[in-house]
Amino acid sequence: MIKEQGAVPAPERKPSGFSHLVLHLHPKLVPAAALPLPLTFGLGGASAVLFLVLAVTGALLLVVYEPSPERAYGTVARLVDEVPFGALVRNAHHWAANGLVLVTLLHLLRVFYRGGHLPPRRGNWFVGVALLLLVVGCAFTGYLLPWDQLAFWAVTISTGMLEYVPAIGSTLLRAARGGADVGPTTLARFFVLHVAILPIALLVLLALHFWLVRKVGGVILPVQVGDRASPRGALVPTSPHLTQREGAAALVVMAAVMLAAALWNAPLLAQANPGMSPNPAKAPWYFMGLQELLVHLHPVLGAVVLPLLGIGLLLALPVLGGPERPSGRWFGSPRGARHALVAAIAAVLATAAAIVANEPFRTGKPWLGTIPAGVRSGALPLALAAMVLLGVAWLSRRRGASRQEAVQAAFTFALASFAVLTVVGVVFRGPGMALGLP
Amino acid sequence: MTGSPAIEPTAPGRRDFLGRLGKGLGVLAAVELLAVVVAYLAPGRSGGARGAGLVVAGPVGEFTPASVRAFPGGRFYLVRLADGGFLALSSKCTHLGCTVPWNEKQGNFPCPCHASTFDRRGDVLAPPATRALDLFPVVIEGGIVKVDTSRRIERARFEPGQVTYL
Repeated sequence: MIKEQGAVPAPERKPSGFSHLVLHLHPKLVPAAALPLPLTFGLGGASAVLFLVLAVTGALLLVVYEPSPERAYGTVARLVDEVPFGALVRNAHHWAANGLVLVTLLHLLRVFYRGGHLPPRRGNWFVGVALLLLVVGCAFTGYLLPWDQLAFWAVTISTGMLEYVPAIGSTLLRAARGGADVGPTTLARFFVLHVAILPIALLVLLALHFWLVRKVGGVILPVQVGDRASPRGALVPTSPHLTQREGAAALVVMAAVMLAAALWNAPLLAQANPGMSPNPAKAPWYFMGLQELLVHLHPVLGAVVLPLLGIGLLLALPVLGGPERPSGRWFGSPRGARHALVAAIAAVLATAAAIVANEPFRTGKPWLGTIPAGVRSGALPLALAAMVLLGVAWLSRRRGASRQEAVQAAFTFALASFAVLTVVGVVFRGPGMALGLP
Repeated sequence: MTGSPAIEPTAPGRRDFLGRLGKGLGVLAAVELLAVVVAYLAPGRSGGARGAGLVVAGPVGEFTPASVRAFPGGRFYLVRLADGGFLALSSKCTHLGCTVPWNEKQGNFPCPCHASTFDRRGDVLAPPATRALDLFPVVIEGGIVKVDTSRRIERARFEPGQVTYL
């Protein structure tokens, strides 16, 4: 990572209008050590490019789409069947949106595993978590708009989770749907959120996100990069060194989106039919981990407590590790990487085993049938999960990990477990939510 | 700041008061705006006029005992139990709101979304659903079965008092 430290500065040339524009985002000079791809994998930049692709394709879709239950499906079908390149634009929007959810998540993980969530970048971590939630919100509100069977039932079950919020659940549900059921008012609300309110919020927070990155002096660097005199190592002009790399990366991202759009169509099932749920009816993939949990657990735990704890954990990560400063290395140290890997493998095995073991009890006579459901599938699993996570952290600490690395191991366990739930939900759940091969 | 001494405040208390008044009015205006937005977005009362959701199912004789008939338009199943009693079960799963189909062979309602199962009286056979299917009131007038779909009755489990007899 330090091999480019001695990179020769590019010959001086007059900055173009383009570089002037770019230099509003970037400083004039950047550390040579910040340039290699494996430092960040360009995930933040890729997210920004995907956001732009979504804005452009979204504007094109808006010209054709009409947000009413009578017209929505017809306009989407017309877009796909008749409008020149309509299917391509819709596919590009679809794949860019799914890509954005995935890339934002990977970006968050990259930042976490390099210690970018710790001071002095802690404030920006919180902004980043808010951005992730907004991205998921954008994707989810967009999911309803085609008004096909997939959209209608995914949104029905996803919003249905709100009903389990204690005390204010039914109020929240009615507020989200604009009525008791998913209907015209739901479509109107989701449409406005999707095309105006959430993107504007996203844009404002994105500006703050960028500004905070620049204010802290750019991306996190490996500590060994500089010396006492210049702790950030050699500096090179942003243009062309950084801008050319960013330009190339942006082209790669756009090419990937267009390739996916050309190869795979975004799904469009039959028009929404409130009288018939498809079997199986599944939520969007980024909620499938939750839906899988809901198959096994008490709804209050699966739909309310665990999601809130998950977001709480993300927000607490910078604090849990104590006052340690980031080392700038992946996973803190080789030991940190080892512990995270072991935790991930353990989580994959344990979660898969738990899902398979619970399968006979899920539909048949419940396990520990004499205990009330709230304890049996609510309090007990929650206590068990908390014990497992604390156990992972404790074990990691006992094996010589720093506090930060122990937190990292426990988080990795939770993350890998959620990933397994998502994969099982997406791939291995067939009709009637029965386990089976795809 | 650089004003002439002539307009220098003689009573600092008055300036403080006006400042606080301004802030207070600002907060009040913000609260009012918020209330307007909330009221604007609050879902209207659905159902409309009394009796608007009344579905005429048909004469009693059309429903043989121990049978289940779907009314997709009214989003309910009219169940006639073996003892001749009627139950109108909402077809909306109490777990997350999917529409449950009737499985004649198994004699139950299996939810396609999360595999909750309900028996013909709406009771939970298999979780994750935690309560029985909702009911709609059944009225039998002059040998005609009518179901009031505007009044949804939530219940924990089946009880004999919920059945309507001739």
